Amino acid sequence: MKEPQIIVIGNGMVGYKFCEKLRSKTSSFNLIVFGEEPRRAYDRVHLSEYFNGKTADDLSLSTENWYQEQNITLFLNNPIVKIDRELQKVYTASGLDYHYDILVFATGSGAFVPNIPGIEKEGVFVYRTIEDLDLISGYAKKAKTASVIGGGLLGLEAAKALIDLGIEKTSIIEFAPRLMPRQIDAAGSDMLKSKLVDLGLHIHLNKNTTSIEGDGRITALKFSDDTALDVDMLVISAGIKPRDELAKACGIEVGPRGGIVVDQKMQTNDPAIFAIGECALYDGMIYGLIAPGYEMAEVLAANLCEGEKTFTGFDMSTKLKLIGIDVASFGDNFITEPDCRTITFENKHKGVYKRINVSNDGQYLLGGILIGDATAYNLLLQTSNNRIVLPENPEELILGARGGSEPAGGAGITGLPDGALICSCEGVSKGDICAAVADGSCENIDDLKKCTKAGTGCGGCLPMVKDLMTYTLKSQGKYIKNVICEHFNYSRQELFDLIHIHELKSYDEVLDALGKNDGCEVCKPLVSSLLASLWNEMILKKGNDVAQDSNDRFLANIQKGGSYSVVPRVPGGEITPDKLIVIGEVAKKYNLYTKITGGQRIDMFGAHLNDLPIIWEELIAAGFESGHAYGKGLRTVKSCVGSTWCRFGLHDSVSFAIRIEERYRGIRAPHKFKSAVSGCIRECAEAQSKDFGIIATEKGWNLYVCGNGGSKPQHALLLATDLDSETCIKYIDRFLMFYIRTADPLTRTATWLNKMEGGIDYLRNVIINDSLGMAAQWENEIENLIASYKCEWKEAVENPAIRKRFSHFVNAPEDKDPTIEFVEMRGQKRTAEWKTVQ
Amino acid sequence: MNEQSNWLAACRVEDAIENGGVCVKHGEDQIALFYFTRRNEWYATQNECPHKKQMALSRGMIGSTTDEPKVACPFHKKTFSLSTGECLSGDECAIKTYPVKIENGTVYIGTTPKS
Repeated sequence: MKEPQIIVIGNGMVGYKFCEKLRSKTSSFNLIVFGEEPRRAYDRVHLSEYFNGKTADDLSLSTENWYQEQNITLFLNNPIVKIDRELQKVYTASGLDYHYDILVFATGSGAFVPNIPGIEKEGVFVYRTIEDLDLISGYAKKAKTASVIGGGLLGLEAAKALIDLGIEKTSIIEFAPRLMPRQIDAAGSDMLKSKLVDLGLHIHLNKNTTSIEGDGRITALKFSDDTALDVDMLVISAGIKPRDELAKACGIEVGPRGGIVVDQKMQTNDPAIFAIGECALYDGMIYGLIAPGYEMAEVLAANLCEGEKTFTGFDMSTKLKLIGIDVASFGDNFITEPDCRTITFENKHKGVYKRINVSNDGQYLLGGILIGDATAYNLLLQTSNNRIVLPENPEELILGARGGSEPAGGAGITGLPDGALICSCEGVSKGDICAAVADGSCENIDDLKKCTKAGTGCGGCLPMVKDLMTYTLKSQGKYIKNVICEHFNYSRQELFDLIHIHELKSYDEVLDALGKNDGCEVCKPLVSSLLASLWNEMILKKGNDVAQDSNDRFLANIQKGGSYSVVPRVPGGEITPDKLIVIGEVAKKYNLYTKITGGQRIDMFGAHLNDLPIIWEELIAAGFESGHAYGKGLRTVKSCVGSTWCRFGLHDSVSFAIRIEERYRGIRAPHKFKSAVSGCIRECAEAQSKDFGIIATEKGWNLYVCGNGGSKPQHALLLATDLDSETCIKYIDRFLMFYIRTADPLTRTATWLNKMEGGIDYLRNVIINDSLGMAAQWENEIENLIASYKCEWKEAVENPAIRKRFSHFVNAPEDKDPTIEFVEMRGQKRTAEWKTVQ
Repeated sequence: MNEQSNWLAACRVEDAIENGGVCVKHGEDQIALFYFTRRNEWYATQNECPHKKQMALSRGMIGSTTDEPKVACPFHKKTFSLSTGECLSGDECAIKTYPVKIENGTVYIGTTPKS
C-alpha cells in the first residue's frame, strides 16, 4: 500500500521540529518539505549571533544529510504558490504540482511593516532572515547613524547588531511608553533603558514615526510630535505578521488580524490541513515564541501517529539575555493591586529590578519580572507554575535569605513536583531528568542532553538541569569524586595535600606511597605539576623527566613534524635593541622561523631536539631566560606602554608588569595562566581577558580575575578596586595559591571560578577577608616558590646528565632526526604538512 | 617462536632511560626502546606514531592500563600496547613491536618485528 503523503510548507524552526518529531515516532508517511529560503532550517532565535562570527552553517539545525537520512524530500528556494483543496494538490513556484493527503502550514511569520510613507526607500530593512542580515551588514559599512523602529525583543537585538557593525549612533524608536511592552512594566523598562543608554544606545519612547524622508535613499525620520531624526539607515522590527496569505487564498479560515485558525489538534477548518508555529492562531492568539511552536509540532506529530495530544495554550514566560542584560518575565507579570500584592526590589547602582506578584492570601506566586539579574528565574517560574506554597517571607525569593549568602536554590528544586516542566522547549519534566540520571544512563550534562534533549533548545534551563542532575546523583549516595585515574584513587586536591604531608619529591615516591601499578600519561604529568607547585625543584631531576608531559620533558613545545619551538621570556614585552638583535642572530644561525606571539614576545620555531641546548646556551649568555611557554604556569604579563610614554597613562604599567612577571615566573599551576597590566581605562593590554588582569585607576590599581580568551572567552571579574601595588600583589599571591591548591587538573581560572560555589563573592571573601584563614600560609608558600626560582634552561645546559637527553638517537647522538621536513614560505621555513595516513 | 637472526646492538643498559624511551637508529629506520624499570621489562616498537606519522613514540610517556604496558604518543596522546602493538585508543592501526634481549650490559633489539 502506498504511504500517505504529508506536505509541509515552510522549513523554519517549527517545520523542522515537526519533521524531527514525526520521524522519531514513525518512518511511515512520505514526507515532503517546501522551503522558501535558500537554506536548511536554522536557529532564528540566535540569529543575531550571525553578526558575532557564527556562520549560517553554525546556526543550521541539521546536517546536510539529515533530510536524506530521515527519508524526507526537501525543496529549498521553492515556495508553494497555490493550493487546490479539491484535488488536494500544491503548486510550486517552479511549476510542479504534488498531491497531499495531509498538508501542514509551518509558514511562520514575516516582519510586520507599518504603512509609513517612504517605507520603500533605500536603506530601510527588516530583521528576520539571514539574507536580511547580509543586506544590513552590507549597507552598514557606509552608514554612520541608524535607527530601529520597535523596542521589543527583536528590535533590541537588531540595535545590538547595529552597534556591533560599527554604527556610531544607534537609536531605538518605540511607539509605546516603555521598552518590551509585552514583557516588562514601566519600572523594569526604566532600568533596562538606563542600562542600554550606558551601552551607547539612544532610546526614544512614545514616538510615532510619520514619515521616512530622503530622496530615494533614507536620510531622516519624522515623528508625530513634529520632531525629526537624521539617520542613514533604518531597521524595522515592529512585530510579526503571520504568513497566512496562501491559506487565505484557498479559503481556509484566518483570523481578523491574521493567523490560520486552528483547534486544539492544530487542525484548520479543512480536516486535511493543519497549521503550527507562528502562522497558527489558537484561541485568538499568535504564539510568537519557540517553545509553544515546538509544542504544536509535538501535538501534531503525536496525533498523526494515533496519539491523543492537545494544545491548550502555552506559558509565555521568557528569560533572555539582551545585549548582556538579563530580562525575564513569567506567569501573570502585569497583574496589580488589588488583585495581588506586589513585591519589588530595585538597585539602580547595579541595574537590577525584580518584581514578584503574590496572591492576596500570600500563598502563591502569580508572576513577575526580572531585569539585570535573572538567576532566580527558573525557580520562580517553577514555583509559580506548580503552585508551590510560598515561604513565610516571599521577598526572600528575590532578595535571598537574610543573614546568609547561600542562594535559595538547593531547597528549591527538591520541592518541585516530578511533573514540573523544566525544559519547556523540549517538554522535559523534572521526573524525566531525574529518572535518566537515576537509572544510571546519564552522569554528565552532555549525556543528559543527548538522552532527554533537555537544554538543547534555548538553553535557559541548563543551570537547573545541572542542579537536578547533581541533586539526583547525591541523593543516590553517589559522591562525585574526580579521581585522577586508575592509579590514584584521589582527587587532585587530595593528592596535593598528601604529597605535601608526606613530603614526597619524585613521581616514583608518590606512586609507591599513594598509588598503585605503573602510572600512566594522565597521572604522571599531574603529579609532576603538583611536585613542581609544592617544591619548585628542577623538573627534570630525580627521574621526574619521564613523568613530564613531552613539552615539559624537553623544556620546549613540540611542533608538527617533531621539531621544537624556543621562547625566551620578555617580561612585560619590554626588550632592548641588543636583545632583539641576539634573537635575530640566533634564529638566523639555527635556521628558525620567527613570529611575534600574542603575549608580546618572540617565538622561534623549527629547532631540532639536538640543537635546543646550544641555542639556549647562546640565549642565556645574552641575558635571556626560559619563557616557560611549554609549562603549565605563568606565560606572559602583557602591558601597554603606560605613563612613561602614553599621554593617557595613569601609572607605569610596564614596570608593574615586569615586576609581576618576574615574581610569578616558573611557578607551576593546574593549567597555564596569563596576565596583563593596562595603564588606564582604555585597557590596551586587554587585562580583562586574562587569568588576572590589572588596570590603573586614578587612585591605584583595579584587580580583575578569572578571565579567559581562547575558544570560550570570558571577561575577568573585578575582585578589588584602587589597590596600592603591595596590596595588589598580596591579593594575587593569595589568589594564585588558592587556585594552585584547589583547581581540578587542566582547569583554567575561569572554569575554576565557574564551578566554585558562591562564585566571585565567595572568592572575594577568601582572598580579601581571609575567610578560610589561609592567607598567611599561602603568602608564605608563594614566597618560598618565588625564592627557589631558577631558570630551568640554565640548569639543563649546565647539567651533563640532563643535557645528554637532548639527542634524537641514543646510538648516534650527533645525528638529527632525518624525517623532519621543512618547506619555504614568505622567505622563511615552515613545517611540512602532516603526512597523509593511508 | 620468533626466529631472530638479526640482533642490533642498540646501546648500553646505562644509556637507556629508566621508565622512559630512547630512539635507536637502524639504517633508515627508527626504533623506540623502552626500559620499563618499574616492571623490570624491556620493550621495542616502531618510533613512528601511525596516527599522524610522527617520529615520536620514544618521547612518549609509558605506563599501564589494568596490567597492559603502554606508551602514549606525545602529539595527541594515542596509546599503544607495548607488548602487542595494538592501539588502545580506538581505531588507529597497530604499531610494530620488536624483541629485546640484554647480554653483558648491552641491549639488543631483534630487527625482525614480532608483530
